[in-house]
This record gives sequence, C-alpha cells and structure tokens, in this order.
Amino acid sequence: MAEPLLSVTGLCRHFGGVVATDNVSLTIAEGELHAIIGPNGAGKTTLVAQLMGELRPHRGTIRLGDRDVTTMPSYRRSRRGIARSFQITSIFPEFTARDNIALAVQAHAGHNFRFWRAARTDPALRKPACAILDSVGLGHRADVPAATLAHGEQRLLEIAIALAARPRLLLLDEPMAGMAPEDAARMVRFLSQLKGKITLLLIEHDMDAVFALADRITVMVYGSVIASGTPGQIRANAEVRKAYLGEDELA
Amino acid sequence: MIMRKPGVVSSRALVTLVIIAVLALVPPVAATIGEGFYVDVFTRIMIFAIAALSLDIILGYGGMVSFGHAAYLGIGAYAVGILAFYGVDNGFLQFGTAILASAVAALFIGFVSLRTSGIYFIMITLAFAQMIYFLSISLNTYGGDNGLNIDRPSDFARLVNLSNATTLYYVVFAVLMLFLFLGQRLVNSRFGMVIRGAKSNERRMAAIGFPLLRYKLTAFVIAGAMCGVAGALLANQDLFVAPAVMQWTRSGEILMMVILGGMGTLVGPILGAVAFLALETVLSDLTGHWQAIMGPILVLVVLFARDGIFGLLSRIGVERSRG
Repeated sequence: MAEPLLSVTGLCRHFGGVVATDNVSLTIAEGELHAIIGPNGAGKTTLVAQLMGELRPHRGTIRLGDRDVTTMPSYRRSRRGIARSFQITSIFPEFTARDNIALAVQAHAGHNFRFWRAARTDPALRKPACAILDSVGLGHRADVPAATLAHGEQRLLEIAIALAARPRLLLLDEPMAGMAPEDAARMVRFLSQLKGKITLLLIEHDMDAVFALADRITVMVYGSVIASGTPGQIRANAEVRKAYLGEDELA
Repeated sequence: MIMRKPGVVSSRALVTLVIIAVLALVPPVAATIGEGFYVDVFTRIMIFAIAALSLDIILGYGGMVSFGHAAYLGIGAYAVGILAFYGVDNGFLQFGTAILASAVAALFIGFVSLRTSGIYFIMITLAFAQMIYFLSISLNTYGGDNGLNIDRPSDFARLVNLSNATTLYYVVFAVLMLFLFLGQRLVNSRFGMVIRGAKSNERRMAAIGFPLLRYKLTAFVIAGAMCGVAGALLANQDLFVAPAVMQWTRSGEILMMVILGGMGTLVGPILGAVAFLALETVLSDLTGHWQAIMGPILVLVVLFARDGIFGLLSRIGVERSRG
C-alpha cells in the first residue's frame, strides 16, 4: 500500500481537566473518504481543528504525506493542501457568493501585496470562482450576498470556499448540519461526485449518508478511537453498537 | 460596499463629486464673500479628513479599531517641527521624514498590538499613543509641554509657497484627493480584499490560507504613514507643534469623524471631518459646554444612520431620483 496521505499518531489535547482528544491515531489513504462518527462531545471538531492547525495538540504528531505538519500554522497547511469546512457556517456574509470564492482563489494565486488592480473584475480570480460556483450548483446565485443565501446554499458555499483552495485533503465538519432533507440529499449527491477526486475526512451525524459514502469509518467516544474499519466492520462491531449506533438507530 | 444596487452606486458617486466640487471652490467663494478665514478653517478640516480617511482604511475596511491614531499625526508634525528647529526646512526631507517616522512607529505598534484583538487592541493602541504623547512632553529641548514654534513652512525647492493660505489650501486639497484615489484603488485591490476578508471572518481567512498578520500590519503601516502626512501638513498650517496634537481625545475625535461620516466608505470620513469640525466651531461659539450637544448628535447618528452621513446623503439621493 502507498504511503497514507494523512497519518495521525498519539494525538492528545485537553482543556483543563477535560480530555478532548485522547491518544488518537488514524491514517487516511489518498483518495479515500474517511468518516468520523461519534456522539456529541466525542472530540470530532477538536480533532479537525488540530488537523487544520487552529489548535495545537499537547502530544502526538500529524503528518501530511511525508511531511510533519504538527506545528505548522493554518495558512501553511492550507498551502500544503489541507482545507476545511466549518460545522457552524463560516463564510463572508457581506461579500457576494462569487467574492467569497474569489477570495479563496486569491489565497492560492501567489502573494497578495497587490495594491492597484481591482480584484473583483480580475478574470484570473473571477473565472475560477465562477467555475467552482457552477460545480456546486450555485452558479446562478453568484451575485447574491452570501448573507441572504438560503441555509442549504450557504452550506454548499461553505464547501465551495474550501474547494477553491484546491485541497488534497478536505476536512468536512458536519456538512449536512441543520439541512432540510432535500438539501441533505443534494449534499450527499455532491459528496459522492467529489469522492475519489480528493481525499475526504467527513464528520457527520447522518448515519445513512455516512454508511453510503464512506470507504472507512472511525468511531470516537470521549476523545478516543474505539473502532476503525470498513462500514461493514463498523456495523458488525459490538462495542460500537453499544456505545453509539444502537441509541442513534432508536432515535 | 460590496453588493449595492446600481442606483446607490451612482448616488454615492454624485455625493462624492459634490463634496470634491465644494472643497475645490472654498477659496474663491471665501474671497468673494470676503471671509478669508474660511480658507484656514477648511484647510484644517481637510487635514483632519486625511487623518480620518487613513484611519478608515484600517477601521472601516480592516476592522482594526485603533484608538491611537493621533500618535501618527503628532509624529508627522514633530518630524517637521524638529527638523525646522535645526534649520532644515527642505519640504521633501521634512515630509519624507514624517512619512518614514510614522510608518516605523506604526510598524512597531502594529507588530505588538495586532497580536491582540477586540478591546485589548483598542487599549494597546491607546497605550502606545499615550507613551508617545508623554514622550513628547518630556522633550524639553523641543518645548516640552509648551510646544515648538516653527519659523518657516516647508520649502519645496521654492515650487510652492506654503505661507500663502490659498496655496496651502490647494496643496492639502491635492493630498486629500490623491489619498482618496489611492485609498479607493487599495481597498478594491487584492490586498484590499484580504483586509476586508479579515474584518469579515478572520478564522476563515486563516483556514483558506492567508497569513493575516502581515497583511493587517501592512495596512496599519500604510494608514500610519498617511496620517503622518496629515501631521506634517498640520505643522505647516499652525507653524507650531505641541503634545496636545496627539492627546488621546484627539484620537477619539478622529475615530468619531470616521463613524459620523460613514465607516468603510473613504469619502465618509471627509464628510465626518467637515461635520465634526464645523459643529465644533458653531457649537463652541454658542456655549462652552458644546460637547454636551455634540455627544447626543453622535449617539443619534450611530443609532439612526449606521453608515453615517455619507450613507444618509446617498439614500436621500436615491429616494429623490425615484420620487
């Protein structure tokens, strides 16, 4: 097997006495869609924040390919190909949808100490931004202020911003959170198109979506990994059923 | 700023053109009505407009609430004053020093304070400005608390004579127009989009790959240097410089001009400077307690015209054209 794109070893992070990440190790192969599931408070979002470099782990290492990125700041990881979407929509509300994407394109189009030419009419930013908006099905909403987009559209924009960075590894933190069923179905279709093109780490509570999409699943409870494997293995895992799936299926 | 109906764009452009035209016509009108002092009044207003405009770049676009902007006004003024004290009245040298000194100060202050945000940023910028203020008081060689007289205005190889009030007026006008134009280019450039993005959503900006500190610091230095030019012009108008120029209340006044006129518009701060200083002149003629009237006016503007006088005027323009 080729070297994994992401390998996390012995990651620990606590907040005071609360252990949010407890000796987490996992590997994600290039091209894989890897889902992380677990009840609320299992430390999934904290893990994403550490992978993105927003939060420094107290112990352990994070490697992207052959490179140790454990202490690398967010913007450098972004340049090395990690991008993320946020559980709570994190867009630029006063910018138009296109400007939201153009800004992300700009981040990866050389330095930005350019003071003279108008950015918004620059085809080098506008064209790729429009293409990405089209790819998520928001092309017709390009000139709409992001703040006035519908919730489902904002969730798509959220992912489009991350995609504009042309990541190798995209971390998706509950992309379907708070979505209406038809929007969620649209998101699942979109993610299945994305699958295979880039490596995806998906945090999601929608079990149908997770088991339909994931190549591998890691289950976290109270900050630690209790199981990791294919959807079939996870479904059959007694500990997982007890800790998580059982109560979720009842709900 | 970013999404705006076409009608509002043109009405904003119209308001901008009217302001520029009015400012351009002040000296001939003042001469016609025989009230020459208006030239001095408006020179001062435009100098503060430059300071407010420079603050608006970091405040209105970059979201950096600097409560120490008057420090650069002071540094620019003292650069001219101290050089003149030693007999150096070459204007290029004086203004060059003013720009360089305020830029270096902004680089240092920004480097430290931009690591914080919110209320801490406000307090640290204020603290630095107070340090520079007290430093200027302790400079006994240069008059200390009493300030420093300047014998002659800056000499630009005898090209312009700044001791002529009308000439000084148009030099200040030209600088203001230049900065308005440069500022407009800047906030719409790639660089401008980065600092606007930082104001809008800093965490997201980091996640999409922007090392924000260096962009914010650059904006902070540009704004400081622009304000330094305002200080150098102020020294030329007053032919005097004293620590009072950078008292913390002065920083507050510049901040109020930006808010009163309309944050994140560049033209707004010019209107804000006109409104603030005109009100101050009129009200202080009426009563010594003029701040008691100014305060409520500011509160009303903040409550009822979130985008300031500029926004208000632009909206009136739109409604007129529809009605």
